[in-house]
Amino acid sequence: MAKIKNNQSKEKGLESYTKEQLTIFYRQMFQIRRFEESAEEQYMRGNIRGFLHVYTGQEAVAVGAISALRKSDYLVTHYRDHGHALAKGLASKSAMAELFGKATGCSKGMGGSMHLFDKSINLMGGYAIVGGQLPIATGLGISSKELGKGQVVMVFMGDGALNEGELHESLNMAAIWNLPVIFYLENNLYGMGNHTTDVFAVKELKKVSEPFGIPNLEVDGMDVIAVNQATQAVVEKVRKGSGPFFIEAKTYRFRGHSVADPSNYRGKSEEETWKKRDPITSLETSMIQSGLVEKDEISNIRSSVEEEIADAVKFALESPDPEDATLYHNVYDS
Amino acid sequence: MPTITIREALTKGLKEALDKDPSVFIMGEDIGPYGGAYAVTKGFLEEYGAERIKDTPIAESVMVGAGTGAAMGGMKPVVELMTINFGLLAMDQIVNHAAKIRYMSGGQFSVPLIIRAVTGGGGGLAATHSQCLEGWFASVPGLKVATPATPYDALGLLRSSFEDNNPILFAEHALIYGVKGEVPEDYYTVPFGKAETVIEGSSVSLIAYSRMVHVATEAAAELAKDGISCEVIDIKTLRPFDIESVANSVRKTNRAVVVEEAWKTGGFGAEIASQIQEVAFEDLDGPILRICGEEVPQPYNKKLEAMSIPDAAKVVSSVKSHFSL
Repeated sequence: MAKIKNNQSKEKGLESYTKEQLTIFYRQMFQIRRFEESAEEQYMRGNIRGFLHVYTGQEAVAVGAISALRKSDYLVTHYRDHGHALAKGLASKSAMAELFGKATGCSKGMGGSMHLFDKSINLMGGYAIVGGQLPIATGLGISSKELGKGQVVMVFMGDGALNEGELHESLNMAAIWNLPVIFYLENNLYGMGNHTTDVFAVKELKKVSEPFGIPNLEVDGMDVIAVNQATQAVVEKVRKGSGPFFIEAKTYRFRGHSVADPSNYRGKSEEETWKKRDPITSLETSMIQSGLVEKDEISNIRSSVEEEIADAVKFALESPDPEDATLYHNVYDS
Repeated sequence: MPTITIREALTKGLKEALDKDPSVFIMGEDIGPYGGAYAVTKGFLEEYGAERIKDTPIAESVMVGAGTGAAMGGMKPVVELMTINFGLLAMDQIVNHAAKIRYMSGGQFSVPLIIRAVTGGGGGLAATHSQCLEGWFASVPGLKVATPATPYDALGLLRSSFEDNNPILFAEHALIYGVKGEVPEDYYTVPFGKAETVIEGSSVSLIAYSRMVHVATEAAAELAKDGISCEVIDIKTLRPFDIESVANSVRKTNRAVVVEEAWKTGGFGAEIASQIQEVAFEDLDGPILRICGEEVPQPYNKKLEAMSIPDAAKVVSSVKSHFSL
């Protein structure tokens, strides 16, 4: 069904990007990686509470996909939302402060890790009930279409959401009303500890969109260039009014479902195989081998990210808790 | 002053909103060519077109969730759940999302969404189509719940709902769409969280909402014949709930009776009774009386169905025996 093919060689892919674009991809992926590693560290120190689901390993998907959006486009996501939020442009200190539950967090300390919102960049939220974000994204598709501002909606889901009725209801509504919604599946093989092939009857996951007549494609989620090229083409089509689209990115989370998960349900050799395809190392190698950047430039990017994340942690630590009175704020819009 | 039905009042309120605000649209099951299961949107499709009168698939979760998303995107959606029973299929979207988004986003996003739902039993539809579940929704902070009993309030509360930026469950009792009442030509609204004394009295306060206001009113007329003066209070909205007006009535009559169609266990009437004793315990001459729906799934058989729902006769006899009047 998919008209868009993603069969260019990586080298050819690289050539179609400027050095500036590629270094932005690199920086964003490394920023997410270091953000997540720092978050895990802060969790262990007791500075972050509740659940913490890190995005480590999947960076190429968020960065490649969301880079294809405009700031005014809507992004809706799920509980593993840090990577998406940062890729959309959420400031790392605002995100880290939210994980710490501080007043300076993007959701003022009321949402935490799983519920990152930022109206200024149309980050419409992380939603922590599996599949719950999909109807909301569909509704944003209605407002985009009716209000005619040319906005595209991109909504992420994990493979665990495939079994939720809300996905099937949303695909159907988006299809019958030709809504500008890109349903983005991040297939990291596991819904918590369940292997997707054990719990979902459709073996080729992207085909879930086909009964609804929604075109789909599959992309290598460990390759930021492949993700970006495929997504750009889709965004362009959807913006022109082609209706919804379904993308499956094949990826892998290098860490457990949450920090409490030692991943005993999957083999170490499987983990090692995927880690050899680390999207950050891969891009770095390609950029150096093709002579686009020097090692020094990579080091400079890395130190600037290290500095930024250290600042974010410092900012979060030093920020105040929300005032007592805010317990009662914003239950209603008065 | 014109006399119209609750159905006509709702139709008027929806049309006004559609005429006034281009961001208003309605979506629901069979609201288009069919005209709505209870005929509230009859003729709307022809007048406003398919973009604003959207017939949806039978998929309650995406109906409500899409309403939430469209509201976040700058529109003012009205989602018509054919009945509140079907709302259970949209519980995730109503309770987990619509009610939480403003709070969890630190006030960045509001959800100006009206969810209309038919509630109540007595229509011969058996257990799954006869429930009064509005009290469940009323327990959720972030939601508002309207339960009008008259055409005046149906229109006034609907207008207030359109002026409100929060998710609202608007519960319309199936058996009172045809109830008539006077509605002024001039624009007015009815506020949320303000109860009304429908009948003034001195000996017993009968507290009710939606269809039970009519049952209480009928019972008050019967009790008056025996010299028992009842005050009837229509609370109109469950959330916010106007305890102050209720307490003021109880302070006058010293006897409180809560009449509700929902089940007794965990019904909204339990909340009313609890709040009364919190603020007016010293004013009570005796225990608060609760007259509720029987604790059974509603039966289909007409005689048994009638037995499961409070009626005026039951209110009259219960009040007399409970207070030894």
